[in-house]
Amino acid sequence: MSATTEATLPQDPNVRGDVSLDEPVKGREALVRGGHSFHEVTEMVLKVNELPVAKTPNGLKFGIALGGAGFAMFGGYIGYLFWMGPGIWGNNNPVGWAWDIVNFVFWVGIGHAGTLISAILYLFRQKWRTSINRYAEAMTIFAVLAASSCVALHTGRIWMDFYLFPLPNQMGLWPNFRSPLEWDVFAVNTYLFVSLLFWFTGLVPDFATLRDRARVRWRQLFYGMLALGWRGSTRHWVHYEKAYQILAAFSAPLVLSVHTIVSFDFAVSQLPGWHTTIFPPYFVAGAIFSGFAMVQTLMLPARAWLGLKDIVTVKHIENMNKIILLTGTLVGYAYAMEYFVAFYSGNEYEGFTFINRSFGPYSWAYWTMVSCNVISPQLFWFKKIRTSVAWSFVLAFFVNIGMWFERFVITVTSLHRDALVSSWDYFVPVTEVFFLLGTFGLFFFLFLLFVRFFPVIAMAEVKSVMPQANPHWEGYGHGAGHGPGQTAHASAAHGAHS
Amino acid sequence: MTALEKNPRIWGLLAQYENPSTIFTACEKVRDAGYEKWDSCTPFPVHGLEKAMGCKPSKIPWIVLCVGLCGSTFMLWFESFAMGNLYPMVVGGKPLFSLPAFVPIWYEITVLSSCLTAFFANWILSGLPQPNHPAFNSKAFERVTDDKFFIMIESEDPKFDIEQTRALLQSTGATLVEELPS
Repeated sequence: MSATTEATLPQDPNVRGDVSLDEPVKGREALVRGGHSFHEVTEMVLKVNELPVAKTPNGLKFGIALGGAGFAMFGGYIGYLFWMGPGIWGNNNPVGWAWDIVNFVFWVGIGHAGTLISAILYLFRQKWRTSINRYAEAMTIFAVLAASSCVALHTGRIWMDFYLFPLPNQMGLWPNFRSPLEWDVFAVNTYLFVSLLFWFTGLVPDFATLRDRARVRWRQLFYGMLALGWRGSTRHWVHYEKAYQILAAFSAPLVLSVHTIVSFDFAVSQLPGWHTTIFPPYFVAGAIFSGFAMVQTLMLPARAWLGLKDIVTVKHIENMNKIILLTGTLVGYAYAMEYFVAFYSGNEYEGFTFINRSFGPYSWAYWTMVSCNVISPQLFWFKKIRTSVAWSFVLAFFVNIGMWFERFVITVTSLHRDALVSSWDYFVPVTEVFFLLGTFGLFFFLFLLFVRFFPVIAMAEVKSVMPQANPHWEGYGHGAGHGPGQTAHASAAHGAHS
Repeated sequence: MTALEKNPRIWGLLAQYENPSTIFTACEKVRDAGYEKWDSCTPFPVHGLEKAMGCKPSKIPWIVLCVGLCGSTFMLWFESFAMGNLYPMVVGGKPLFSLPAFVPIWYEITVLSSCLTAFFANWILSGLPQPNHPAFNSKAFERVTDDKFFIMIESEDPKFDIEQTRALLQSTGATLVEELPS
């Protein structure tokens, strides 16, 4: 068994290793390629983190500088908004919600893939998640930060934002807990907090690795404080794994609830085009779809530049593309079902909204959305395409564009034709493009700093799914055939461990 | 003069193992020898090692259940109290106690209080943050977060005897046995 599996794994980590599945558990492709030892995994993952600050690779330096410039511009833009008010946007009557909310829904949706990977795939025991979960969780946190800055800024009088929170005050006044917008405040903040807790919990053992390998004072202090004195004690792992499991169990329904509540912002209103019961599942599918595309967009370059091809293999890319295909198809079904319901309801306002959406003044946005979101992921039915790094990157990029346009289409086209013709208008953005670029600056600045200083792969988790992590692995000479996970991979590197 | 010579009282013995397999059988032997104040340290959770050590299951689920239920009950009460008593106002023709509209925030606070509890209970039950530990005096122990596996037996343990304990650890396949100064 071992010899045949080993033979079918190609050397090039960009090529999917198809193994003959004569035995479904054993015959699976190893999650980490190249027969690495635990120590080699540590070295591979921490290579960038442990470079001296002065020796930061130029590409990363440039990226951080560019992201920082975008972030700084965002700060300036917020100051300008603070000074001038939302009149610097193209929002009009009836289009009271435009890019502010479009950007918010776009970013919060992107965050969902991180939680799906870290929580839902964890509960389903999808071990391949370990190679990508850290990356995706970081993406979640920075995306939700970008989203909350959009939604905090969209209120107009941003200095009054504290009214969103139930703070005791001299008027005895509380926020309206029955309002979908208030639900949103709680959902997004809970989501941000829980994602942070989950991310940090996962990072602690890896911070301890960085601390133990640090030879410079500031690194020892910095990672030492973050590692909380972690020493890998089994008595601690017992609590740790239980806590992690509970966080995952709560995050899984949380992630579904967050975008459901975001969709309530629209669906609970009376507006044709928004007032549909399909919105919660449709938004959740779209969120996961856009989030996986963003994970691909970030991960494919990173795995090449950071030398992580043996940990993030084509198997991982293909699995993610399958999820993109599934959720993209769900989104396409939801688009079709919206039309069917508009037709079947016999409501002429509903019908008008949807015909106007595809053939009205914003039809260009609608067809951009359909071609990016419905048509392009269908190419992933072809194995050649979903196992190709270049194709994955290009199609994921299209999905990112398409999902931004989806939110634009939902928000703006539903609003711009009000019930009276006298209340019709066309929305044109004025300075909003800086708003969007600013959130990208915030996101990439934080994300690239994360790549530079924090381990981008959950090392402890990756090691625990390697075949030699199992105490009963056949390479240790306990005799073959008892215990799972004996992925045949008995190379010389592993032999050194037995 | 090493730390040990300055302070001859030792905290315990530290043994290094090279792979999950040997530490697994070593833990079973240390457990069966009747030690109580001992621990094993690994770079990742080794499957089944807590059973090989005889650890009890974590109490975190019970703590989370209790605090989560409290948080959940509080928020539902608070929503109805704030909307119905503190500043009663009819919005959209809904009754003052409008349960369906209270569900989302009720749910979010249940999740938030449970997750915060799981997070903090994890560190508190483990006694973390703990900036220093006697094992950190060992140079070899730096690999515990990388690829080496360790067992430490404290001198406080009633069964601890420096020679016998050392012999036990060596017989279980340890590649290195060190004394840890306290």
